[in-house]
Amino acid sequence: MSGFLRRVGAMVRKEFLQLLRDRVSFATMIMIPLLQLVLFGYAINTTPRHLPTAVLAYENTPLTRSILAAIENTKYFAVTHHPTSAAEAEHLMRAGDVLFVVEIPAGFERAVVRGENPAMLVAADATDPVASGSAIAALRNIIDTSVRRERFAREKGPQGSGLEEAPPPFEIITHARYNPAAVTQLNIVPGLLGTILTMTMLIFTALSVTREIERGTMETLLAMPIRPVEVMLGKIAPYVMVGAVQATMIVVAGIFLFKVPVVGSMALLTALTALFIVTNLSIGYTFSTLAQNQLQAVQMTFMYFLPNILLSGFMFPFDGMPRWARWISETLPLTHYLRMVRGILLKGANVADLSQDILALSAIMLVAMVIAVKRFRQTLD
Amino acid sequence: MTGSAAGPTAPGKDAADYVIEVAGLSKSFGDRVVVRDLSMRVRRGQIYGFLGPNGSGKTTTIRMLCGLLTPDSGHGTCLGYDILTQSRAIRRHVGYMTQRFSLYADLSVRENLEFVARIYGVPDPVRAAREAVERLGLAGRERQLAGSLSGGWKQRLALGACILPSPQLLLLDEPTAGVDPKARREFWMQIHELAAEGLTVLVSTHYMDEAERCHEIAYIAYGDLLAQGTVEQVVAHSGLTTWSVTGGDPAALARELAGRPGVEMVAPFGTSVHVGGHDDAALARAIEPFRARPELVWRQDAPTLEDVFIDLMSRSKDNFR
Repeated sequence: MSGFLRRVGAMVRKEFLQLLRDRVSFATMIMIPLLQLVLFGYAINTTPRHLPTAVLAYENTPLTRSILAAIENTKYFAVTHHPTSAAEAEHLMRAGDVLFVVEIPAGFERAVVRGENPAMLVAADATDPVASGSAIAALRNIIDTSVRRERFAREKGPQGSGLEEAPPPFEIITHARYNPAAVTQLNIVPGLLGTILTMTMLIFTALSVTREIERGTMETLLAMPIRPVEVMLGKIAPYVMVGAVQATMIVVAGIFLFKVPVVGSMALLTALTALFIVTNLSIGYTFSTLAQNQLQAVQMTFMYFLPNILLSGFMFPFDGMPRWARWISETLPLTHYLRMVRGILLKGANVADLSQDILALSAIMLVAMVIAVKRFRQTLD
Repeated sequence: MTGSAAGPTAPGKDAADYVIEVAGLSKSFGDRVVVRDLSMRVRRGQIYGFLGPNGSGKTTTIRMLCGLLTPDSGHGTCLGYDILTQSRAIRRHVGYMTQRFSLYADLSVRENLEFVARIYGVPDPVRAAREAVERLGLAGRERQLAGSLSGGWKQRLALGACILPSPQLLLLDEPTAGVDPKARREFWMQIHELAAEGLTVLVSTHYMDEAERCHEIAYIAYGDLLAQGTVEQVVAHSGLTTWSVTGGDPAALARELAGRPGVEMVAPFGTSVHVGGHDDAALARAIEPFRARPELVWRQDAPTLEDVFIDLMSRSKDNFR
């Protein structure tokens, strides 16, 4: 046993020295989280506000005015253009000057009052559904409300002044739990914690064994009295620490820069993050035993990274995926980790709430470790 | 040069006196047979030279001996441990120096030595590394990165790392390739000192002068072990008769002689030409017309080790056709 610890210790020491000497890799490990945080945190927003909107109104009545006021009140829309013809409106949209065209037909109010259920056209530039999606959802809501209120005021209110005296502020009810303001950062920052750890942990361990093979040092290492599991632990351990530093950076930045709430237990988050880091390192190590050279190792990492990003629920909602895609995503560590982080940080989830994800992640880790140790060749055969 | 000197730990010439004892080792990669039915015995405290052309299976044999490759067939022991089942124990007591420099280029001299010491469980690795640095004459360079050392120093460091855990057997795979003559000589002096201390050394090489520094040699070509024994034995067993001729144009003479019946080997050496064959009568008949030429001086001499190896090599190639 003491021999085991001594050899693992020697490996860890060696790996650390190499890591510290490899300035570029070391800088990358620190820069990747920072860059991604800044980019995702400040530059990317999936529920953009103040989208340019054109209003093509064929009548100007109290009802249409109140609808337009309500539209602007949502903050999703900024009425920037008032085209006078359909052709002009069409041009604005084609040129990309506006994302929405709201067209109010002539006789709209009268039709509403008569209960004819008139149509109001809202054309949206859906080339980027993410950008327009939440705005459309809000729009439908307010128009419903406006029309109902106007009709209600007309029917119940005193004759003649009913329209003018209807309460002008139109309330918009969007029910967004945990992120009431639909602030993208609250979703993105916990997600980033998972993706950044996946990316850096995987790449650096995937390179570690293949680098030894490429540089010819593997032959010497294999000729030494050291066991595969000792090599693996010795190579993984330094990166656990690197991962811990990255995770701390991201969480601290999330709390202070993006005001991410910490509803749940920080200790639980730390423990589960450690589990996630070790899982990724084991997978990366498995790749490195499969790859012939460093280039292949990087290619494998990217192949693995892609479904993680697309299917884990980081980019697109998990519940929007078909069943088969969900099955795939259940096998990805990132899926489970994202549930854990979002659960702990935003919802205050505890161990019992997350037990299924913890079990799944542990199982994935064990499988990866077994494959890695089995795959590690003790000989050059 | 015959030096049958056994190390101090070897009292007699019984079976236990053999450090390496393997029989019938074979290894192929795909369809290509790299080593075929190889048997060899190496006595304790000996320097055993392993010779052969490129791709002849020297490296593969060495790797099988230290457990880095599993033989397809054959059996044997290395330091008394079974090469098939006890490779971990073998690794602990064998120092293997690879053909290509394979210590960590991005670690310093001292860090490399300390790493080796720690893996092998040498007590007080820091001190062991410091002592090794001094013994190797690397003092003042211990902080230098191993990758930035010159070829000779790299080789010296690699040998130092091999002997640091005090192994009983050294396997050196072309240790002097690309090293200057002075460093080569110093290297061989060190090898002889180690052998005198009882270490057994198996060393593969291309250089004939190095082969002559070994106690015993084995010649392997295209997977077959063709000759084994002391240098004198190998030369005597070759059955070659050689003549050397001086005067005249060596290149033209070599062209004329080549291909005549009885002449199996022609090699110009500076101003002289070396001619050899197995059938001395046929060879004598072949050179008869040339002996009449007044400008040529003929002298019968002993074949050199190189003559023997080139002959072995060309004949083994013939067998393959």
